Amino acid sequence: MTEPLLSIRGLRKSFGTTEVLKSIDLNVERGEVVSVIGPSGSGKTTLLRCVNFLESYEGGSIKIDGVEVGFAEGRRRRGERSLARMRAETGMVFQSFNLFPHLTAADNVMLGLRKVRGKSRDEARAIAEKWLDRVGLSQKADALPAELSGGQQQRVGIARAVAMEPKILLLDEITSALDPELVGEVLEVVRGLAAEGMTMLMVTHEIAFARDAADRIVFMFDGTVAAEGPPTELLAQVDDHPRLAAFLARFRASHF
Amino acid sequence: MLDAMIYALPFLMKGLWVTVLVSVLTVSISLCAGVLLGCGLVYGPLPLRLLVRLFSDTIRGIPILVLIFFVYYGFPAIGVDFAAFWAAVTALTLFKTAQVIEYLRGAVQSIPKGQTEAGMAIGLTFRERLTSVIFPQALRRFLPPWINGVTDAVKGSALVSLLGVTDLMHSINQVIGRTYEALPLYILGALIYFVINYTLSLLSRRLERRFSFTQA
Repeated sequence: MTEPLLSIRGLRKSFGTTEVLKSIDLNVERGEVVSVIGPSGSGKTTLLRCVNFLESYEGGSIKIDGVEVGFAEGRRRRGERSLARMRAETGMVFQSFNLFPHLTAADNVMLGLRKVRGKSRDEARAIAEKWLDRVGLSQKADALPAELSGGQQQRVGIARAVAMEPKILLLDEITSALDPELVGEVLEVVRGLAAEGMTMLMVTHEIAFARDAADRIVFMFDGTVAAEGPPTELLAQVDDHPRLAAFLARFRASHF
Repeated sequence: MLDAMIYALPFLMKGLWVTVLVSVLTVSISLCAGVLLGCGLVYGPLPLRLLVRLFSDTIRGIPILVLIFFVYYGFPAIGVDFAAFWAAVTALTLFKTAQVIEYLRGAVQSIPKGQTEAGMAIGLTFRERLTSVIFPQALRRFLPPWINGVTDAVKGSALVSLLGVTDLMHSINQVIGRTYEALPLYILGALIYFVINYTLSLLSRRLERRFSFTQA
């Protein structure tokens, strides 16, 4: 049996005295798309941020391709360079886009390619153009983020992350900050990446999207994985999971 | 009145040069020191942060005139004996450095945390994040107060005349001592200071435009 691409074991994390992750176990296989859903405060985003070590954690382990992410031998925190190299293997797309406002769309995508991947200006530009084209923004390569709509900014955010050819893409509620009519164009891009076999771990509030696009849904509640399984199965068996049923009921009530 | 001004002008040129020299030294040394210490204040380990904070708060809490006298008359007591010129430059530089530290801190801390995280996420190291992500954005917030501070430095340099350094201000007073015509000389002096500072302001507005980009 091959090792999963992402392997999380017994992950524990606290903010002060509040324990936000209580021994999480989670595997993501190569090419798998896993959606994390759950009420706010359940630890979804924190889990995601631990995977590329934007948050440190107190216990457990996170391995990508068998390599511990944030710590070297003996649980010593990795040094700056080594940590940066590990992070370059995971792509992250943020809820609030976090594009670099002083750089054009193309330069946003090129920065990591130039500094981290050591590409020449021309190579980096070619890769950036390819990905901007993929997300439907070839016309906007030289636009500053402020000149783009939210949906366009987020698509640049996705291009910036995937251009680095990460092993896994982390998506943190990437449509939450968007006007409803712009959500579709962003999800369309994600759907395309999934179809191409990009491994993804995504926190989302779009239950319908999670159901359609994900291979597996993970329902988190109060810092634990309360239920998980293939979307159709899981959503069909909500009666076995009262908390998931309650979450979905509240979710539907607020959305329809 | 014009005669008096024209008569005085040659005598003021040497003083003007000293004023420019004091200003340039103060501004450039304080820029380097202030940016370094400011980075120490924002990113350094706790002991360094405390030290820089202590330095900045102390210096900014002392009137600049007191600081000048302190360096000139006080430092010799601990074995550091500056000539009047260097004592003045040191005091003005200390004062300006404390300001630059605060400008830098304000500018850097105004950049949202998400920018640092986005830089981390694509694998940039600390140094790369500073040079490619944080500083370019912080620059446009740093520039306006800093250039304002440059004109302050030019104006503040007039205080060195109190140590007997023959700058523009001191030469004005010397000429007045000979001619007893105060008004034309002070008008002339004010005019020269104004021309320097107004030029700087115009320059700063161009710089600000050059470095401004629309924020998302």
